[in-house]
Amino acid sequence: MANPTDIDIDYVANLARLALTAQEKETFSRQLGDVLRYVEKLGEVDVSQVEPTAHAFPLCNIWADDVPQPGLSVEAALRNAPEQRDNMVVVPIVVE
Amino acid sequence: MADSELIFKPAAELAALLAAKQLSSVELTQALIARTRAVDDRVRAFNSFDEADALAQARASDARRAAGQARGALDGLPVGFKDVIAVAGQPLTCSSRMLANFVSPYDATVTRKLKDAGAIPWGRLNMDEFAMGSSTENSAFHQTANPWDLERVPGGSSGGAAAAVAAGEAPLALGSDTGGSVRQPASFCGVVGLKPTYGLVSRYGLVAFASSLDQIGPLARTVEDVAMLLGAIAGHDPLDSTSYPAPVPDYCAELRVRPGPWKLGVPKEYFGAGLDAEVGGAVQAAIEFYRGTGCEIREVSLPVASSYAVAAYYIIATAEASSNLARYDGVRYGHRAAEATGAVDLYFKSRAEGFGPEVKRRIILGTHMLSSGYYDAYYLRAQKVRTLIRNDFLRAFQEVDALLAPVAPTAAFKIGEKASDPLAMYLSDIYTISLNLAGLPGISIPCGFTRGGLPVGLQIIGQPFQEARLLAIARAYEQGHGWRGRHPTL
Repeated sequence: MANPTDIDIDYVANLARLALTAQEKETFSRQLGDVLRYVEKLGEVDVSQVEPTAHAFPLCNIWADDVPQPGLSVEAALRNAPEQRDNMVVVPIVVE
Repeated sequence: MADSELIFKPAAELAALLAAKQLSSVELTQALIARTRAVDDRVRAFNSFDEADALAQARASDARRAAGQARGALDGLPVGFKDVIAVAGQPLTCSSRMLANFVSPYDATVTRKLKDAGAIPWGRLNMDEFAMGSSTENSAFHQTANPWDLERVPGGSSGGAAAAVAAGEAPLALGSDTGGSVRQPASFCGVVGLKPTYGLVSRYGLVAFASSLDQIGPLARTVEDVAMLLGAIAGHDPLDSTSYPAPVPDYCAELRVRPGPWKLGVPKEYFGAGLDAEVGGAVQAAIEFYRGTGCEIREVSLPVASSYAVAAYYIIATAEASSNLARYDGVRYGHRAAEATGAVDLYFKSRAEGFGPEVKRRIILGTHMLSSGYYDAYYLRAQKVRTLIRNDFLRAFQEVDALLAPVAPTAAFKIGEKASDPLAMYLSDIYTISLNLAGLPGISIPCGFTRGGLPVGLQIIGQPFQEARLLAIARAYEQGHGWRGRHPTL
């Protein structure tokens, strides 16, 4: 691991599928470096005997009966689509 | 009745006037529309509102009442919605270019419950983009002003909701609170705001920011009004698998049968460096009020929560946000970049164009936290610290019924003051954030004003699912003070 307060901004932006300008990369790297230096303080806490908390009030195995329910109509589901044709969402070419 | 009398009346009083047929829902709705038209060019609390729809629903409410079929206290009362909660057929923008043209295809569970109770969804209230922020400066659309001082922020992220209630544009509003986003703007704007226990209110139809922290909460002018609105939206919901099957008491009735006194804790770490002297003084005066009414005041310690909550929060919240916001890819809804060379390019460009700087910053940070090689050091460690933070509170609650604390280190700050320093902005949530990590309920109530005339909030932190007691404690203070009689001059 490199310096733990450095973000490999190109690598992370690629994972996040987010195009950043050179200016954004420079600004975010600096600002997030500040935040990472701040959160380093968690290293001071002894968590060796501690279980993680994902939810404050854990609920396990929430089952729903397998009963068909009415869903959105095609019209409603497509209402917010940027581009549509023949009851389908149109997207740019995926496979050549 | 003159509009000027109506616009600052507590919702419970408006409900009584409606029930006594001394006021119609149409008259009330018209008064709020007139008020909003008169002041919102300065306050800018609303992203949008639909006058015709609100009036149509008001007429329907009046017809129900005339036929003897009124549905209860909320029937005919307009409720403002933070623009992050779905109301079918209305815009749902999250104050983001990404969702600028999005229209909700369905109702959130809280919306359905309020409609069933006869309440009128009134407008879409501005917020920090995707609820990420503490000042509403991160809205992609416009800056909401604090009604008490138009050069200052209303707080955030539910800044529009708090400002609308404070400015007399809505008697009731729903916000969402992931790290303080209901309580801090309530404090900055001098209104009452509650974050319920995680799981008490369904998140179905609330656009997700950090799913293990988000809760919808009410904002209003009085504790009783908040109790009324909470009672209408709380309860288990099969559509939200994290909602909790806890009983929902009649919170308004409970207010009257819980006279106190209580054992109240004061976290000693919350009154140290960084707390503004005037804010600290107002909160100390509130503590003395409780002591004077027979409450036992005990100093308690929250060693982990006070030192590490902000750090744990910004790991957990950004990690969950980076995952939740992966859905905005320009394909099925939301902003789509015009010129993409393929599917993956469409994702990169649509997200770059659709998200604002703070959202991008948090997506990058959260993605980093979850990335290979960093997950254990950051996310897993933060979740373990979260356990210790929760234990801090549960230990304190073995001795006391609730805790008294500031809401924010300062009163409302100037627009632009912290905008270029994300870490300083994050640290302004230091007293509120730990409740979200621990899943606890907390309320902000007005407890005075600075010499400059800015409202100060008192935060009362309750035990899990003990909202009835929390509200009763808050009301005891409210009844002993007249802060709610003061209104901003606009």
